[in-house]
Amino acid sequence: MTLSPAARWSLRIAMGLGLVFIYVPLLLVLVNSFNGDRTFAWPPDDLTTRWWAAAWANEGARQALLTSVKAGLGATAIALVLGTMVSFAVQRFAFFGRDTVSLLIILPIALPGIVTGIALDSAWRSVMGDLGIGKGMFSVIVGHATFCVVIVYNNVLARLRRTGTSLEDASADLGASPWQTFRFITFPMIRTALLAGGLLAFALSFDEIIVTTFTAGPGVTTLPIWIFNNLFRPNQAPIVNVVAAVLIVLSVIPVWLAQRLAGPEAGASRT
Amino acid sequence: MTDTSTPAIRLTGLRKSFGGVEAVAGIDLEIADGEFFSMLGPSGSGKTTVLRMIAGFELPTAGTVELGGRDVTRLAPFERDVNTVFQDYALFPHLTVMENVEYGLKVRRVPRRERRVRAEEALAKVRLAGFGDRKPAEMSGGQRQRVALARALVNQPKVLLLDEPLGALDRKLREQMQVELKAIQREAGITFVFVTHDQDEALTMSDRVAVFEHGRIAQVGKPEAVYEKPASSFVAGFVGTSNVFSGDTAKALFHREGAFSVRPEKILLTADGEAEAGTPGTVAEVIYAGPVTRYVVDLDAGGRVVVVAQNRHNGAPLAARAQRVRLSWLDDHVVEIPPNDKETANA
Repeated sequence: MTLSPAARWSLRIAMGLGLVFIYVPLLLVLVNSFNGDRTFAWPPDDLTTRWWAAAWANEGARQALLTSVKAGLGATAIALVLGTMVSFAVQRFAFFGRDTVSLLIILPIALPGIVTGIALDSAWRSVMGDLGIGKGMFSVIVGHATFCVVIVYNNVLARLRRTGTSLEDASADLGASPWQTFRFITFPMIRTALLAGGLLAFALSFDEIIVTTFTAGPGVTTLPIWIFNNLFRPNQAPIVNVVAAVLIVLSVIPVWLAQRLAGPEAGASRT
Repeated sequence: MTDTSTPAIRLTGLRKSFGGVEAVAGIDLEIADGEFFSMLGPSGSGKTTVLRMIAGFELPTAGTVELGGRDVTRLAPFERDVNTVFQDYALFPHLTVMENVEYGLKVRRVPRRERRVRAEEALAKVRLAGFGDRKPAEMSGGQRQRVALARALVNQPKVLLLDEPLGALDRKLREQMQVELKAIQREAGITFVFVTHDQDEALTMSDRVAVFEHGRIAQVGKPEAVYEKPASSFVAGFVGTSNVFSGDTAKALFHREGAFSVRPEKILLTADGEAEAGTPGTVAEVIYAGPVTRYVVDLDAGGRVVVVAQNRHNGAPLAARAQRVRLSWLDDHVVEIPPNDKETANA
């Protein structure tokens, strides 16, 4: 398609503005985490790593980081197992209700977090609590897993679609048992898709706040919740900046890695 | 083919439907040990489905598959002593060429040292010695094809199935591979079942050819039998070019009812006036094709005929467009097509 110079320039400007709106505030957080002034005077006249040291020394922030990592790892582990199993079922077998299952798996990522949160909250109140499983780390992990499964599912499904079954046919033809075929052929084929899906799922869980708010039991404070709780305490403001900066970095790295590992399909699965 | 020994492959009443569509509609076939057998047919004629049922990738809707006298109809691919060369080669992209060739031995727990020796032999046999460390992506199409062949042959199967293995190669390479395949087959003494839609491939390499039409075998026999004595107008039309006469034209030419086939190269074309005998007609088209020239002739008796003549005289044509000519042929070269065949290729 050819565009007139005027159209081309206005599109460029629009794109530039869009990127500025997305990334300048993030950059501000990063810079402010090094801002020596307590009231964040701009431009910063003094750069310091004081807040980083203070944040590291802050017991609450450190606990929150640990909690977030635990929740992320737990949700990712569940997502990897369930997501892979469902994607194999949907891609390799024809069964009644296959399209419905596929839709039901994808739906949680489209559902508003607040709806998922309320639903899980009432489920925990009315059913799980009676079963003796109270809210805590486990409920957070389950809550995060509902949308993390989608990520792994989409990644693995795309990979399975692309590679087809001919390599597995060839392996069986050469005398490999189903387990040997999985170990030597199928798993190496989907390995990077699993890694990419796992990294994205972790990133998604790591910065989640809405579902977490509804599912976290007392004493379970993830990093985003900690930030939210401390946001309006003037004393904590510099540390909040540091924690936010950490959150940005820890979210961006997995996404970037996943993009490099899986190519276009990983990016597509996040929408 | 002798019936005293057990056939390498025996198919009995083999059928396969996909969602109500019958892809294979009843195949009975015996393939002898050590035979080079081709399944020839247009796409969708069921030949690949038959191959996949022999390999074990598809479960027949009805009928049985026997390998060396043993019923394997319900066995999984890895429980059958056959290997396949796939149309797209299906080489494992994450393994080296050597690891690809070793794969079948590795999963059968052949000791490392022995499998290395055998894999190197197999690679040497397909003239790829020294290529073991490469990845499939670093090889050309023809080389990949030979890796796929080595990967199958290294297991010394009783039967090798080849699914249009030369389809992706250019013409020169394909002709070269035809000769090599035939030599490898003769040397190893393995039964080859070769699926192709290319009649030249089927005719040049095979001991016997089965021509497939709509999930059935239209004719099976030696290449010269299939070519010279087509059993139906479909076979006559699919294997080579053929002139099939039927209806009024047939009655005018042969003085009886029925359908008759004459191959283009069996017809002698002479300019009108030079010969008194023969069937008169008018040249509609002259197509020069290097070693031969094709003449399309409209017969006075009705119908259109293709004549192929060798260019012995510096390519000077025997006749020009719109010229009156006479065609003649020997009675021996006329093949009467059985009446159960209703198709009229030359209506």
